[in-house]
Amino acid sequence: MLNLLFHSQMSLGLGQAAAVALLAILVVQFASRRGAKIGREIPLVLLRGIVQILLVGFLIVALLHGPWWTGIPVLIVMIFIAATIVRRRVPELPGAYTLSLLCMAAGAGGVLTVMTLLGIVEPKIIILIPVGSMVIAQNMNIQSLFLNRFLGEIRSHRGEIESALALGAAPEHAAEPYLHASFHASLIPATDNLRSLGIVWIPGMMAGMVLSGASPIYAALYQFVILSMIFIAGAVSCLTATYLVPRRVFTPQQQLRRLN
Amino acid sequence: MTTNAAVLEARDLSRTLDQAGGPKSLLRDVSFRLDQGQVLAVLGPSGAGKSTLLRMLNRLDEPSSGAVLLQGADTRTMDPRALRRRVGMVMQQAFLFPGAVVANVRYGPAQHGILLKDSQVVNLIRQVGMAGYEDHDVSTLSGGEAQRISIARALANQPEVLLLDEPTSALDDLSKQEIEHLLASLVRERNMTCVWVTHDVAQARRVADLVLKLEAGQAVGFGTSQELLHA
Repeated sequence: MLNLLFHSQMSLGLGQAAAVALLAILVVQFASRRGAKIGREIPLVLLRGIVQILLVGFLIVALLHGPWWTGIPVLIVMIFIAATIVRRRVPELPGAYTLSLLCMAAGAGGVLTVMTLLGIVEPKIIILIPVGSMVIAQNMNIQSLFLNRFLGEIRSHRGEIESALALGAAPEHAAEPYLHASFHASLIPATDNLRSLGIVWIPGMMAGMVLSGASPIYAALYQFVILSMIFIAGAVSCLTATYLVPRRVFTPQQQLRRLN
Repeated sequence: MTTNAAVLEARDLSRTLDQAGGPKSLLRDVSFRLDQGQVLAVLGPSGAGKSTLLRMLNRLDEPSSGAVLLQGADTRTMDPRALRRRVGMVMQQAFLFPGAVVANVRYGPAQHGILLKDSQVVNLIRQVGMAGYEDHDVSTLSGGEAQRISIARALANQPEVLLLDEPTSALDDLSKQEIEHLLASLVRERNMTCVWVTHDVAQARRVADLVLKLEAGQAVGFGTSQELLHA
């Protein structure tokens, strides 16, 4: 129906974006009336989302004709911003920004570097930025899940952890069961994505590749590559966190900090 | 006056928390001295600072000022893990680790690279009245049984000092009497130095040689059980 109202691709895109944003706001309004606490920030989040993605679109257009390596600083900035967002999810964790930055640099940064060096991700702006941003964004979600879960585990198992410390356990050892539980839980979405790939869902990027004329088989294989990269980046960043996060929740005197 | 170092000594211990609304004092200038085999009951209402004091003795919490001396040595100069092996603790709740009873008893020594022999584990479990429970899963234990295992777990490290943080307050009346009796006999048999936090005056009277009374983070009485509780 919208394509009858809008004749250029740009105006059609804007119309489609406005329609889905309106629908999202209606759903939020309905949920708010039912008592769900998700309401007030959603219109702002939607607006922010469209502005950000448009800026990236313009950025890709601007960078398209430049050398491929100009995509690297863009991805680095994305990792810095992602670390800021993770920190907001766990404001009670001391040093959460630096921790997230290091973990995502190891995870998303490491995986993108290796994949580019191996030629799995082609060093072209048009590939590097979209693929890189997908890996970084999912890595950010996995990192948030890990830290959130870990802090929850620490709060609910304070007695067990302090019992272990009181018996002479090293802080890393006292926290180990909760690091493992958080590691496992944070990777559930990425694992489920791989498990259900093609059966429950066909990812957007694959659909986009097919729409733009790529072979469906190649698009399917490439989508598997992307999801595997997301899984590997998430696993590496959370594994890095399992080494770094105990130093944030225990004092140098090997006491469990009080996290508000 | 003895010239020997006390087994455990607290010197002007204070703890203040920095909070958004300003610093909050939890404990102020508390001192005591315990010799070998003495049992100190720390008495006081909720919020008096009893647990705060206890947690500073094995450095689960850090004193803001003052010092704790173990056999004359400042505990701040010790590796916290080594200190906690020497100063054992039994908490209000057992907080056993998931798995078998035997794994819980072996936990402490294993942290220091010591694997207890089967006979040692069996002996510890027997001493707390739980013979035959070695392979039981801790999730199947009652509150009193779990507390017995947590006592065996603390004793497995062969601590010089035992800290007891209201070890009977979460139990039913029967278990409360049994655990109190068990702890009192173990402490006497092993001639252990012990700090026993309780809000139960009668319990303090039964188990302690010395009594420290706390109110709102301050010591309001320190002396023998005879002087303070039997008067």
